[in-house]
Amino acid sequence: MATERERRFAGPRRGQILFALGFVALSVLLLTQIGSQTRWAERTAFFSQPRFWPAVGLGGMVLLGGLHLKRLPWRRFTTADRAELRRWASVLEYAVWFLVYVLLVPLLGYLPVTLIFVPLLAWRMGYRSRFMMVVSLVFAVAVVVLFKSFLGVKIPGGAVYEYLPGGLRSFFILNL
Amino acid sequence: MDLLLSAIEILMRWDVALALLVGSVGGVLIGAIPGVGPAVAIAILLPATFSMDPIVGLTVLLGIYGSSMYGGSIPAILINTPGTAVNALTTYDGYPMTARGEPRRALSLAYSSSFFGGIFSVICLILFAPVLARIAPMFGSREIFLAALLGIILVVVAHRGQALMAGALAAFGIFLQTIGLEPVKYSQRYTFDQPFLQGGINLIVVVLGLFALSQAFVLLTSEDEKIRTTRLSGGSLFQGMRELLRHPRIASVSAGFGVIMGMIPGVGEFTAQFMSYTYAQRTSKRPEDFGRGSSEGLIAAETANNAVPAAAMVPLLALGIPGEALTAMMLSVFYVHNVVPGPGLFQNDMDFVVALYIALLILNLLVLAFLLVATKSLIQVVKIPNRFLGVCILTLSFVGVYSLRNSATDCVLAAVFGVLGYILKRLSLPAVPIILGMVLGGIMEVKLRAGMARVKTPLDMIDRPVSFILFLIIVLVLVIHVRRLWLDRRDLKEAEWLSNHRSTSFGRLLLRRKSSFLMERGKLQRARRLKWYRRLMDLF
Repeated sequence: MATERERRFAGPRRGQILFALGFVALSVLLLTQIGSQTRWAERTAFFSQPRFWPAVGLGGMVLLGGLHLKRLPWRRFTTADRAELRRWASVLEYAVWFLVYVLLVPLLGYLPVTLIFVPLLAWRMGYRSRFMMVVSLVFAVAVVVLFKSFLGVKIPGGAVYEYLPGGLRSFFILNL
Repeated sequence: MDLLLSAIEILMRWDVALALLVGSVGGVLIGAIPGVGPAVAIAILLPATFSMDPIVGLTVLLGIYGSSMYGGSIPAILINTPGTAVNALTTYDGYPMTARGEPRRALSLAYSSSFFGGIFSVICLILFAPVLARIAPMFGSREIFLAALLGIILVVVAHRGQALMAGALAAFGIFLQTIGLEPVKYSQRYTFDQPFLQGGINLIVVVLGLFALSQAFVLLTSEDEKIRTTRLSGGSLFQGMRELLRHPRIASVSAGFGVIMGMIPGVGEFTAQFMSYTYAQRTSKRPEDFGRGSSEGLIAAETANNAVPAAAMVPLLALGIPGEALTAMMLSVFYVHNVVPGPGLFQNDMDFVVALYIALLILNLLVLAFLLVATKSLIQVVKIPNRFLGVCILTLSFVGVYSLRNSATDCVLAAVFGVLGYILKRLSLPAVPIILGMVLGGIMEVKLRAGMARVKTPLDMIDRPVSFILFLIIVLVLVIHVRRLWLDRRDLKEAEWLSNHRSTSFGRLLLRRKSSFLMERGKLQRARRLKWYRRLMDLF
């Protein structure tokens, strides 16, 4: 049966100890590097030292993160924690999708990659009807036209655009 | 009057008009889709606004901020799912109204209350602006440092039950902003000799990761919900204003709470709503109706949350200190255009400040008009499936991160922060302290260095009236927090005592018997045995 302390804990139990341990471990690791990663400047006031604010940040992380870890009402890993870790790992797939998208845009161009990426990811997520595929394509075109052609955000043209003939080439580089 | 005219002159441009329209309509749409809050939209649009004039960019972002809560009330009332986090209280009384066949009345009341809250706060702040202009110059480096410190402390203690982790995350934000080349001594800080870390970690990259990408991950890993929309019936969309006029006291007090709470960094909508809802319930003639479709409850919740956006701009514009994540994002728009918000802005560009407030005023009118006409069609947006929405946000996040400096490294960092944001969401931990730690940490570093250069001892930091008052407020906030912790602890002990069924736990009873035996009787036995043993040994 859950204790009163467990019942009053804000948030779910699964994964809390993993996160707290990871956070404190990373903070301690970073704090141990403070000597080599920051400098103590001569003839400089204490509060103006380049080391001062990293020390404040890392000190706070270690102290408050450590206290949080100490005050957690649980002390051991459970199967729920392991399942939660797998769940965290599952989003790495979408992070990889995102990064592949990022890597392909400078090569193939913003419009072509978006036209492939959106329907493909929608397909992966289980939207396989013709209607959803059309919606995905319309969305992809709308995003490119709105941001690159209309708002003029800085996204470089794809390397393959270089092979297009003269006028079309500059149009593609500027707008799509 | 001249000020008002020059402010209107700033707004008399076609791009500002377009920004108002896009901001209001876009904000309502974004608010109406559960799963896409204003933070996601602002994070994505932020880099796109960098190429616009400050007034145009800020109008779009303010428009989204101000109007998303209007849109958020639609799913809150019709399907019991808040469109944005701050509409959670709207479901308490809005949905029961829909359940008893009055969705149109509930929507109309929500729109009217939101409109009243928005207009009330803007008028308050336009009237308050000259006073602010007089107070703002009293803030030097020391005062701004203390105000930023107060902001960070308030953000941390506002997360009740999670203050320790919120503090640790704020410290993480402070640490993140120190990474890179230190600007005064030109020394590297935590760059690990990596060129991509020398320029520091960009706030927008972190914001996009923590808010947009993490939300995309949440949606992509969730299940689609079957949503049944209600047919609009029961009353007219115009009756809300009449009903609102019957409760002027609740509306104005709630809007007042919204304005005051909005101005205090780190407090924001939730506290304003909670206070006004509690006030409305306590002073109501029918308190038993609250939570069961009370019009007063709905008015209190919606008026308070919509009064906040205009007020939240006060610390940002007057002191350059954002009180929450959305205004922190807007701060970067100012920085990109080399407009430094703070006391100087109030002294030199008062017309710009008033123009922003007038833009908010017009925005409220536009949103109300749009909602009265388009509510019926807007209901359809709640039907967009969750995971498809995730695909859309992931695609849009790319524009936000990549257009910043065309850097793939930024995208990798954003993905890392996206995973971190996802983990924080799964654990119900707040991501806002990281953002505020980054922004306020940077401000504190600069202002403390400047402030300390002019004082002999640290105590001189608080020798001016404003800095002394700020210091007293910091001490007061900490004392109140410690007292609350102490009360919580006492309450926990009492609850543990009450739920402690000692006599019924047989295992514990045996354990107690055993330990008692080991303690008292055990000592006696050992002593006796020792005595016998000695006597036995003495025989030999």
